[in-house]
Amino acid sequence: MTVIAAIHPEQLQREQRRQRSSCPEIWALLDQVKDPEIPVLSIWDLGVLQDVVVDDAGQITVIITPTYSGCPAMKQIAQDVENALLEAGHERVTVQSQLSPAWTTDWMTEEGREQLRQYGIAPPGVRRGDKKIQCPQCKSDKVRLVSEFGSTACKALYQCTDCAEPFDYFKCI
Amino acid sequence: MNEAIKTEQSALLNFVLAEADDALILGQRLIEWCYSAPYLEEDLAISNVCLDYLGRANNFYEYASELDTRKRSADQLAMLRDSREFSNLLIHELPIGDFAFTMARQFVLDVFYVEYLAVLMDSTDDRIAGIAAKSAKECDYHLRRSREWILRLGDGTEESHTRLQNGLNELWGYIPELFMQSEAEKQLMAQGVCADRAALQPAWDACVNEVLEQATLTRPDVSWKVSGGREGIHTETHGYLLADMQFLQRAYPGQQW
Repeated sequence: MTVIAAIHPEQLQREQRRQRSSCPEIWALLDQVKDPEIPVLSIWDLGVLQDVVVDDAGQITVIITPTYSGCPAMKQIAQDVENALLEAGHERVTVQSQLSPAWTTDWMTEEGREQLRQYGIAPPGVRRGDKKIQCPQCKSDKVRLVSEFGSTACKALYQCTDCAEPFDYFKCI
Repeated sequence: MNEAIKTEQSALLNFVLAEADDALILGQRLIEWCYSAPYLEEDLAISNVCLDYLGRANNFYEYASELDTRKRSADQLAMLRDSREFSNLLIHELPIGDFAFTMARQFVLDVFYVEYLAVLMDSTDDRIAGIAAKSAKECDYHLRRSREWILRLGDGTEESHTRLQNGLNELWGYIPELFMQSEAEKQLMAQGVCADRAALQPAWDACVNEVLEQATLTRPDVSWKVSGGREGIHTETHGYLLADMQFLQRAYPGQQW
């Protein structure tokens, strides 16, 4: 039986901001900006891209939120956002970092979760409900925790006890 | 810092700086394990916990910089103040000792911060509430790991048990300072900006006692306690820590990358 988790209310608001935006083309442009550590995952799918506002004078403000307080990728992401918009001819761009509401893996899109899986990283469970961690290689759910922390702040290290492959798990917070 | 300048600083700035200093100094201690932790996974784990603390420090320093009438940047606040100007609580600055000592400190602080940040995220100051809410999630995760280590080392071998018990005994007198209100906090309490530290003690006691008992450890019963960090009176090692941490900015002022 497939249990479909209800969408996180803040994620719903984020999707609505995008759907109702007066500048859908800017959002679409930003889909090409990826997490520097996980180059298959866009900042939209990761939940880092929060809002895009264009004022009457054409000034673009992009609001992003860090995954972790000390995430070293944030500066790179802000730079990549500016570069992507600059290349498309948008010169007046401000990137703002916003802490609140605090990022959660519940804002990650379904597409993002699938891309993670294909990349070899087990996607995060949804906080309330499905917590099953699957080996991204052989799909076995017989896995063991190797370390609560992995190669970046957002990942933990697991090993599959069926195919013996170690893999990263995107921590659920 | 001379007293005239110190009193000029608002209570809010003093409070925000103290929060930043606590996080930065502990982060700096934790990074000493980078490349020298017992094994690779633990190296990654400590470095990740360290990053969370440095990130928290940066968030508070950015806010402090906005509040500062002297317009110092976040980097200047972290890298160009001297020991007497740092107001971190002493427990954060204690040398890393052995791995058992580091985990003992991390555990007692993780328990504290889980409780503390849960209150601080309801601060009437939105900036403080936002930083606390962000850090609270990270702290829950830190505690999961440090708690496991207390159980493993405490209920492990005779050697690991002894080392962890010694670690707890050594740091116990630095814990009461966590529950003391600073002058700034006393002023800010009425406006609901900060947390009532003393009120957190029962929950901290309950959690720590339960884990120590499960780990077959004895809660230290010490008759000494040390304080003074908030007033800038630090242990001898604080200056050495700053010398290491601030070297680059002192040698090459304004250097960036």
